Amino acid sequence: MDKGNSRGRFRDTEAAKGLMLVSPTALYATLLLAAPLFAVVVYSLMIDSKTGASAGFTFNNYIEVWTGKIYQAIMLRSLIVSMTVTLITVLLAYPVAYFVSFGVSQQRKALWLFLITIPFWTSYLIRVFMWKVILGYNGVINSGLMSLGIIDEPLTVINYSVGSMVATLAHAYAPFAILPIFVSLEKIDRSLLEAGQDLGESKFLTFWRVTLPLSMPGVIAAVLIVFIPTIGDYVTPELIGGGKIPMIANMIEVKMLKQNDKAMGSAIAVTAMVIVAAVSVLFLLLNKRFLKGQSK
Amino acid sequence: MTTEKPTMIEFRDVQKYYGDYHALRGITATIRAGEFFSLLGPSGCGKTTLLRTIAGFEDISSGAVLIDGKHMDGVPANKRPTNMVFQSYAIFPHLTVAENVGFGLRRDPRPASEKAKAVAEALEMVGLKGYGARAAHALSGGQRQRVALARALILKPKVLLLDEPLSALDKKMREQMQMELIKLQRQVGITFILVTHDQEEALVMSDRIAVMFEGQIAQLADPETLYRRPNSRQVADFIGTMNFLPAKILSENGVVEVEAQGFGRLTLAADQVMGSKTTEGTSIGFRPETATILFDGQVATDRETLATIEEVVYYGDMTYYDVRLDGTEKPMRLSMRNVFGRPVLDIGTRTRVGWSPGALVLFR
Repeated sequence: MDKGNSRGRFRDTEAAKGLMLVSPTALYATLLLAAPLFAVVVYSLMIDSKTGASAGFTFNNYIEVWTGKIYQAIMLRSLIVSMTVTLITVLLAYPVAYFVSFGVSQQRKALWLFLITIPFWTSYLIRVFMWKVILGYNGVINSGLMSLGIIDEPLTVINYSVGSMVATLAHAYAPFAILPIFVSLEKIDRSLLEAGQDLGESKFLTFWRVTLPLSMPGVIAAVLIVFIPTIGDYVTPELIGGGKIPMIANMIEVKMLKQNDKAMGSAIAVTAMVIVAAVSVLFLLLNKRFLKGQSK
Repeated sequence: MTTEKPTMIEFRDVQKYYGDYHALRGITATIRAGEFFSLLGPSGCGKTTLLRTIAGFEDISSGAVLIDGKHMDGVPANKRPTNMVFQSYAIFPHLTVAENVGFGLRRDPRPASEKAKAVAEALEMVGLKGYGARAAHALSGGQRQRVALARALILKPKVLLLDEPLSALDKKMREQMQMELIKLQRQVGITFILVTHDQEEALVMSDRIAVMFEGQIAQLADPETLYRRPNSRQVADFIGTMNFLPAKILSENGVVEVEAQGFGRLTLAADQVMGSKTTEGTSIGFRPETATILFDGQVATDRETLATIEEVVYYGDMTYYDVRLDGTEKPMRLSMRNVFGRPVLDIGTRTRVGWSPGALVLFR
């Protein structure tokens, strides 16, 4: 009846226990994620901050980001690179996931998944350098082709190009795409595939009408997992692109650290975030459509 | 029941190995057109494997499977004139009920409106009128079953294969679906082949039953013959309940003279003698309802023997008595229909048991 009593009762409820359990994580996330994010949003709305942000409120930073040719070009390049990487990665990952799920015996699956994760044993930076060794100006491909007399001068199309960046990123993110697709394929009841054939469809059409739609949640998860980190990738353009073909993260770095223009850097960061969020929401909605009817 | 119909399915010495495991050991049998046929046996006896060789999901190691006179060797599942109702029903979760039922109509040349009509008719036939727009995942077990039936029957297959379709349903629902399946089969006239481990289900539904053990057909017969004249102790044990008493053959020339424990000297007709593969030795078998407890004043129609009641199990409409006939070691189970006004007897009661030599079967 009294206050102490009702508080005691609250402490015993499921909700209270839940809050207690999530509060350390929530606190951690707030301090390390939400707070800096808030600071970035605040910075992005400030007037001229070449000498550190000064007080005053403006949308000019955003207007410049959205209308400036250089920003548009870099944003577009980031989008094209990450979308190409996503497309290639998912297209290449699907057959691998399909093979492991359908072509590998149950006892061997764990081994295959283990093998797929082996590239993670070395740091991403080292893997990028390895690609540089292969694709670079004096790299394996160029020197090999030159020693065979096929070319006289090193090819420049394979190094410092968008193509080589896509190749590097697609390789790096392959396991991230394989695993969710594999999981969604594993979940498909095999009798559904027999039913498809029993009802008169060939193996290929059964795949097209049954397997593929049922594995779409995994495909969409793979798309998100590859697309979101690659659009903001910093290391690959820096090393593979040699800093000559910057993506959005490199631009943010230049503004924030080299030019000390926190306001513009923040405005670019927020803009990139909004675009990623919009694309992600689009895919999540798509996923909802495919997840419908698969609550089992 | 046994009017000769043309052959729909023919197995010719079908063998199937999984590595070293011999799953089907020489199956030779024919299934007639329009028949309700059951493959009955305990789990692991090969009945589902045999069904899947008809559907085309299982290659056979040797022998031949013919459907409607055509060799099915090398014919893939999607080119066979059969459709299957899967044990898990295999309803496509990403499609609606109507899309599920219409799945196999993609190559049907009819216009979309006629296909939609066919889907609606198929749904009505299985009692799901108006369910077309529902999401498949929102259906109950019984409804899924009906969708699976409609989806298969809409393609007008020559043979419908049912892989333990009722095992996931509760008892009431199962009995209802049994009746509906029988009616449906008579209505469409398609050959139904049912796989089941439930002997009661097989007896209720089938025109003929193949009882399978360890990859072989032990007996293929109509339900009545299977029940009254099982050709081995194994079949007798699997179908219903049968009591066994040790016996000794005295002489045989046309009829068989037997000395059976508890029953004494008997003369049995040749069709009552079954060759048994069991190692239990020669025995006499009888069903619980073929012998009766004789209450005061009742007279045996044929023979009678004295016995002691050792156990009483009351079932409402029936009472099961375990009685030990004088001169025997094991109690025999008798089932008696309860009659109003007649008491249920107590354990330990001495009673007379009436029986008839014609209802006995000799296993040797």
